[in-house]
Amino acid sequence: MTGTRPDKSKLYYPKMTPTWWLKRPNYILFMLREFSSVFIAVFLVVFLIQICQLTRGPEAYADFSQRLGSPGWITFHVVALLFALYHSITWFYSSAIVLPMRIGETEIPRNRVVALNLALLAVVSFVVLLLFISLQG
Amino acid sequence: MADKTITLKVARYRPGQDPAPTLQTYTIPYRQDWVVLDALNHIKDQVDGTLSYRWSCRMGVCGSCGMMVNGVPKLTCAAFLRDYHPREIRVEPLANFPVIRDLVVDITDFLDKLKRVKPWLIRKLEKPIAEGEYLQKPQELEAYKQFTQCINCMLCYSACPVYGLEPEFLGPAAIALGYRYNLDSRDQGREERQPVLGAHDGVWQCTFVGECSEVCPKHVDPAAAIQRSKVEAAKDWVKAVLLPWGQR
Repeated sequence: MTGTRPDKSKLYYPKMTPTWWLKRPNYILFMLREFSSVFIAVFLVVFLIQICQLTRGPEAYADFSQRLGSPGWITFHVVALLFALYHSITWFYSSAIVLPMRIGETEIPRNRVVALNLALLAVVSFVVLLLFISLQG
Repeated sequence: MADKTITLKVARYRPGQDPAPTLQTYTIPYRQDWVVLDALNHIKDQVDGTLSYRWSCRMGVCGSCGMMVNGVPKLTCAAFLRDYHPREIRVEPLANFPVIRDLVVDITDFLDKLKRVKPWLIRKLEKPIAEGEYLQKPQELEAYKQFTQCINCMLCYSACPVYGLEPEFLGPAAIALGYRYNLDSRDQGREERQPVLGAHDGVWQCTFVGECSEVCPKHVDPAAAIQRSKVEAAKDWVKAVLLPWGQR
């Protein structure tokens, strides 16, 4: 085996460019999925700060909440929501690949598992939304 | 039909002469039933005998003729000219591998990694031939059959940006084949393979881009094999932590 190895000094070693991820749609989608974590992390930090404001009293909380109502923060939260949805959908697609589900000896088709998971996500999201609305009322 | 032509831009690299590959243009007759490999063979036979590339079976079995066709890893014996005509076709060596000459890449790294996962049946004790075959139920065969379809064409390595950025990564096909033997009910070599698969340069380098499964011509789905191997490696870790006196 060693005797058949090519002369390394004569090989051409290709290098990946920093823009490799722009070359294929799937690479872009992958990078978007990874990038979504940045927005979700920032959202969680802001959310934690918002909860901390509760310990400082109603005025501090109201002041912080008012600042979150600025156009910049609303835009951020809309973008973060879109990224969170994208991340959730890709998560369910991924989980169907990682953990194949079976009924007896038969494997359930991936698309059905994904559809079931997405339906559950929609139901849970709807329930949370109803709870939020009822608490507002 | 006979008057139609198609243009191929083919990567050329002459070791010791060229600092980097360049594209050479060939305009050849267009035939609807030709694949890219037929076009390369036409160039080699009729136009330029110095062109170098690998091929063998011409029927998607040997896995030798993998190349980048318009930037996508393909078996050139299965890439029809009609799917590209009248646009020109760019043919380059498989991405992420060192180039030996023209369209021929150095595959020794892949072969070394393949050997590390021990893609063969391992028995702690072979039973005598007189006792017969190692029998398997249809569902036991079904558990790993999909992963046996790998033809070592390396398109998955070429599509994997992680392998391009981190050449130490064990890579999709090697992991899929290691996983295939771990799933085989006749095999007893999981303990030998798992340290290789579960190492830092094994499954944990994978960021689940998933493109390996997209380009696989045999629908092996190496991305699934890698993610499921991660679950197996995680289980081993949990067992090692919870059962420090010895894994089962």
